[in-house]
Amino acid sequence: MAMAFPFSAIVGQDEMKLALLIAAVDQGVGGVMVFGDRGTGKSTAVRALAALLPPMSVVKGCRFNGDPKRHQDSCATTCDIQGKIADGAPMETEDAAVPVVDLPLGATEDRVVGALDLERALTQGEKAFEPGLLARAHRGFLYIDEVNLLEDHLVDLLLDVAASGENVVEREGLSVRHPAKFVLVGSGNPEEGELRPQLLDRFGLAVEVTTPKELETRVSVVRRRDAFERDPAGFLATWQQAEAGEAQRIREARDRVQDVEVPDDVLNTVAKLCMTLGTDGLRGELTVIRAARALAALEGDVEVDEGHVRKVASMALRHRLRRDPLDESGSTVRVERAVVEVLGEVA
Amino acid sequence: MEILGSFAPDPAGLGPGQTPADEAGDRPVHDPWTDAALVAAMVAVDPAGLGGVMLKALPGPARDAWLEMLRALLPAEAPLRRVPLHVTDERLLGGLDLAATLHAGRPVAEKGLLVEADGGVIVLAMAERLTQAFAAKLGMAVDHGAVRVERDGIAALTPTRFGVVALDESVGPDEGPPDALMDRLAFHMELEGLRQRDIGEALHEADEIRAARELLASVTIEDKALEALCGAALSMGVASLRAPLFALRVARAAAALDRRTAVEQDDLTLAARLVLAPRATRIPEMPPPPPPEEDEQDEEEPPPPPDEGEEERQDEDDKPLEDQIVDAAQAAIPANLLARLMAAADRKRRQGILGRSGEQRKALTRGRPIGSRRGDPRAGARLALIDTLRSAAPWQPLRRAEMAQWADPDRPLPRVLVRKDDFRITRFKKRSQAVIIFAVDASGSSAIARLGEAKGAIELLLADCYARRDQVALIAFRGKGAETLLPPTRSLARAKKRLAGFPGGGGTPLAAGIEAAHIMAEVARTRGETPSVVILTDGRANVTLEGIGGRAKAEEDAKAAAEGMRAIGVSVLLVDTSLRPAPKAEALAHTMGATYMPLPRADARALSVAARSAAQTADS
Repeated sequence: MAMAFPFSAIVGQDEMKLALLIAAVDQGVGGVMVFGDRGTGKSTAVRALAALLPPMSVVKGCRFNGDPKRHQDSCATTCDIQGKIADGAPMETEDAAVPVVDLPLGATEDRVVGALDLERALTQGEKAFEPGLLARAHRGFLYIDEVNLLEDHLVDLLLDVAASGENVVEREGLSVRHPAKFVLVGSGNPEEGELRPQLLDRFGLAVEVTTPKELETRVSVVRRRDAFERDPAGFLATWQQAEAGEAQRIREARDRVQDVEVPDDVLNTVAKLCMTLGTDGLRGELTVIRAARALAALEGDVEVDEGHVRKVASMALRHRLRRDPLDESGSTVRVERAVVEVLGEVA
Repeated sequence: MEILGSFAPDPAGLGPGQTPADEAGDRPVHDPWTDAALVAAMVAVDPAGLGGVMLKALPGPARDAWLEMLRALLPAEAPLRRVPLHVTDERLLGGLDLAATLHAGRPVAEKGLLVEADGGVIVLAMAERLTQAFAAKLGMAVDHGAVRVERDGIAALTPTRFGVVALDESVGPDEGPPDALMDRLAFHMELEGLRQRDIGEALHEADEIRAARELLASVTIEDKALEALCGAALSMGVASLRAPLFALRVARAAAALDRRTAVEQDDLTLAARLVLAPRATRIPEMPPPPPPEEDEQDEEEPPPPPDEGEEERQDEDDKPLEDQIVDAAQAAIPANLLARLMAAADRKRRQGILGRSGEQRKALTRGRPIGSRRGDPRAGARLALIDTLRSAAPWQPLRRAEMAQWADPDRPLPRVLVRKDDFRITRFKKRSQAVIIFAVDASGSSAIARLGEAKGAIELLLADCYARRDQVALIAFRGKGAETLLPPTRSLARAKKRLAGFPGGGGTPLAAGIEAAHIMAEVARTRGETPSVVILTDGRANVTLEGIGGRAKAEEDAKAAAEGMRAIGVSVLLVDTSLRPAPKAEALAHTMGATYMPLPRADARALSVAARSAAQTADS
């Protein structure tokens, strides 16, 4: 199987890369939905992100990526480790890669939510829970390519779990619940079908990517892609340093993000922006602020300013606008208009 | 031909003085079979790298001969798998091999067709009928070079690299393979019109292919050639970035076939002709033999990096390279592009003849298996017996052992222990899905504003149908017949595009309009959907079903069509768009058993509410 194309070697598509970096810095920002043309590197970027994520600490042996800091409430009814720790065994921890789990089209429900372990049932005649993709994605990312083509009954499942952060499985007399908090990342081409609004709402950020039209950019895309395919190892080596730099930027931003201040006037500006756009509820406002804070952390700033808000407004708000089919202008344009109205033109 | 100064976009791609006749004169003629044979050879050299071929041809000797040629050129050990149209996910991607699992007493995974095809080629029959979901699954496997299976207790990621031959048997421009698939195939080739006598021999021997395969990895290409291919793609209006990448690989394959390790200009022109030309959306604006001072200015379509970039490249060979690539490709464009443009115009005309387009649409989706899912059969769903037994089967030993502990030993155990969790219900993908078909009178008698209102209502409906995953379709009738403006869709993006700017005016072929809605409703029903029809008209017909003027016959036809509509028992809402409620429209509504709704001032929102309530009546 192919190695992943390096994140830093992706040409252009700055908004998409920024949205993914923001989600990597602050997972609480919600998921990222990437809409766009075919062949614009949507799935390449998501997969590439995996290599940049700093490892996380987990309870050793826990099948649910248990967080050592919160092991008491996190682990599931069937977690063996949980029982041992409760009996007084010392809890061991280890570093693990942040999971970036693919939910492929054509997946069946049992593999998504988890089911009885077929192997153990057949070979040992035991009932055991085999965690599904939702368990694997806990504390990480769940990626669905072509999410608008995902079957409805799977979408329903996802909506439920993404809202509650917990997966409940009741089957064959097994009753299992385990935490499943993940950053939902989706990509798709809107020409091939719309996304249900309820599902779209689960994404904190939404970005649009288009095929680059400048010759220079296009040449770079083709050149790098070709170089990568001809000699993946060599290409990765060339980009190793840039990748390491990007990974470090994420790591440092993560450490810093909670200390980034959001001044009152910025809070007011964001509130005004959301009011101008008429977005429902507080979600939009909170997302703009969280995203702006993550961006400030990425840029090494200690305080959020209007420049950060400007940069993240579109991705945080464009999918929250009430649909107005009679307004011909796209949602991106509407957000940009509102930004200019509230914040003025870029100086 | 325009040479200087004009960058005006020309949607048809034809410059003012540029006519097909001009082009035909000195265009090098490429024998279609030679090209086809060359394509087969290149696919055999690098099946996975080139993605494969979209082969547009009806079944016949030419297609058979081409497939046979490809088979002969591929290495003997390379698999060639045919994928039937209605292949299940299980067969395509892989899953649990139930028989082997039960036999072995442990889970045994079954390879899917995509994994079996590793190193070879898959042949997709009737590619024009493939769904977007299929194209997406295939695309993921192609892009990652691996198939990810998460099905029935099996989780696996299996590497596989294969080429795709998509057999496109579409007859009209109305159909075609999904764009997501087309984009991933280097070659878009037509074998139509080829006769027995055109069919020739392969150009290469199997051992030449083998040699080329070995050579391929060491074929080098100069950076400026890469730039030239990208530039050529852009000036031909090829948006996808996969296209220049494919062109690059085709150039390499061509060099390897010629036993060279360096790509030469002929390889590039060939690649441009075979890969870029069929994708062209415009004819590049380039002077054929450019006078030396002028060519700087007449370069690329998009102005951005104009002169500086050009001047940096002092190299004399540089400029002609891209020019010649474009020239070569350009020679291959006109026939294609013109044919396509004409076909698109033709489609509009032909869609007026309703029976035809209805039949085609019916053939597009009928009988597609939709599969099953876990669920409770009591809730009005149909039990999928086989799937239920399948899902129960692996658990039998476990359950038997359990049962044995407490069951009455004298009473024999049931042969199959089925539990609630095993129940699978048949999924009717679109059973609960409503399709609201609007048939809009766009004739002169119905004011054009009505069309605007109908468009508004449809957009509103679309906007709030997403939650329920309903579909909306739009038929307009005016002049001589009816036209499908929008086949059933949920995509706001597509809907908006189609809706924008449909003109009104002309006679009122009411019968054709009703019949068009009737056929579309029946087609929707055979797909398991619940159609309902909304007709917006003033009821004043003056064009017959045959498209001839004449009020009396036209009204007779309309009445017959209305009776036909009643016979299929679809819920219909007739919105009377005349300024005052018209008895004719009411009578027509009565004839077709429709709800009549006089709406002298139909506004979009009221219309949408009415359509929704009609759809709900249909549901219950």
